Amino acid sequence: MRNPYRTQKIAFFVLLVATLLIVIPVGMIVVIIVQKGLPAINWEFLSDIPRKGMRAGGIFPAIVGTIYLVGGAIVFALPIGLLAAIYLSEYSKDNLLTRLIKLAIVNLAGVPSVVYGLFGLALFVVFFKFGASILSGSLTLGIMILPVIVTTSREALESVPSSFREVSLSLGASKWQTIRHIVLPNAIPGILTGTILGLGRAAGETAPILFTVAAFYLPRLPDSIFDQVMALPYHLYVISTQVPNVDEKIRYGTAFVLLALVLFMNLVAIVIRYQFRKKKKW
Amino acid sequence: MAKIETKNLNLWYGSFHALKNINARIEPNRITAIIGPSGCGKSTLLRVFNRMNDLIEGVRMDGEALIDGKNILGPEADLVALRKKVGMVFQRPNPFPLSIYENIVFGQKVHAGRIRKSALDEIVEDSLKDVLLWDELKDRLRESALRLSLEQKQRLCIARLIAVKPDVLLMDEPCSTLDPQATARVEELMRELKSKYTIIIVTHNMQQAARVSDDTGFMLLSEMIEFGETEDIFTKPRDKRTEDYITGRYG
Repeated sequence: MRNPYRTQKIAFFVLLVATLLIVIPVGMIVVIIVQKGLPAINWEFLSDIPRKGMRAGGIFPAIVGTIYLVGGAIVFALPIGLLAAIYLSEYSKDNLLTRLIKLAIVNLAGVPSVVYGLFGLALFVVFFKFGASILSGSLTLGIMILPVIVTTSREALESVPSSFREVSLSLGASKWQTIRHIVLPNAIPGILTGTILGLGRAAGETAPILFTVAAFYLPRLPDSIFDQVMALPYHLYVISTQVPNVDEKIRYGTAFVLLALVLFMNLVAIVIRYQFRKKKKW
Repeated sequence: MAKIETKNLNLWYGSFHALKNINARIEPNRITAIIGPSGCGKSTLLRVFNRMNDLIEGVRMDGEALIDGKNILGPEADLVALRKKVGMVFQRPNPFPLSIYENIVFGQKVHAGRIRKSALDEIVEDSLKDVLLWDELKDRLRESALRLSLEQKQRLCIARLIAVKPDVLLMDEPCSTLDPQATARVEELMRELKSKYTIIIVTHNMQQAARVSDDTGFMLLSEMIEFGETEDIFTKPRDKRTEDYITGRYG
């Protein structure tokens, strides 16, 4: 005879093991990077330009470059992604075209990042003649994170209860007023989640910026959006593989800063999201 | 003149014929109840009057629905103006996840643009007084409306509606989530509002229809079986089916 309690125990055990298998690598990555990277962190490392062929000095230009690129990507992708999400969730009829568009967006999220890099090179760097620049890099990263922002924003908009829309319309608000005053404010936490995911991805990817913006070594800050910049993920690649005899401390320090930067940006978004969630509940 | 009149009104959801040749005259400053078993089309009829059925895809209508003598079914009908004039209270109290104050001024925010704060304060006070909530809530206006009791929420929804200054109040089973005492109080409120508005209430509850309404329409299987003064419908129904329903033989 089957013993339901035994099967249950086995099931719990398997689920627990699966969960631990996820947690362990994440925990180890963080521990190793903090352990090996933290000793490198000091004011000079964060605020100075790289010196001695990137074997000493700091990584300030790469930090600034990454912030510019991520900021530019969000400035470009968030409004367009949000507007498209509003159109798709609120206005578009469920027909073949809309379903194709939605499918295309989902597929776009699965395109390898190096393909975005080549695309950015062909379109922004060469065709639009922006050159290898912050503009090209930001636009490329922006396109890469668009699907994430569109998909999560759409889900956030669609999860606002339809009864709110009904009441608003029944009070004589137009469709746009309903979206503007009722749907959008209630969807902001979800939209921010999409933005957080986008931020993290934009900050960490190397391939899309490889051909479009990233400088191998550029020990000054950019003057305009048509300048190249250094960026943390590419810099990490360079000092790990292209430059011999870089102290391990500097490499892990760079990784640590990249990780901390992404976490910090996420934290800001999470705090904003929390503020909105506290206010809006249903 | 009748406030609302329907002439051979038909409505289809796709191929389902949800309203069949509805003819009704609803007089101003009276409470009209629409009763009937679930799925008979009473809510659908109610939602014709503010065109909320338009939100459902595949809805078709023909015939006429007149409000103040003007047909509201034509493509030329201004839905925003119509819905300002014909407001709706829903089955489940549904305040926005905003403060009490913001809920009430929502209509003003949408319709009037910028208004002086003192004017808004006045509207909030008047609307809350009309639904007898002012004394309870005047010190809690900045609190979330979601923290109110069900009855308070439903009253707040009525106040939010009144703030838009409609002529007609459509009530779709407004008491179905309330306990008997709260129901009695909301019915009392309806009687008070009658002098200023034309009220149509859809209800499952025949006692409620008998208690609160002046006129009653009985619907069955998409048809208006009988329409007339409440007293007549309940004491001497002309149609056998009406009699069967109000005596509880089905429904």
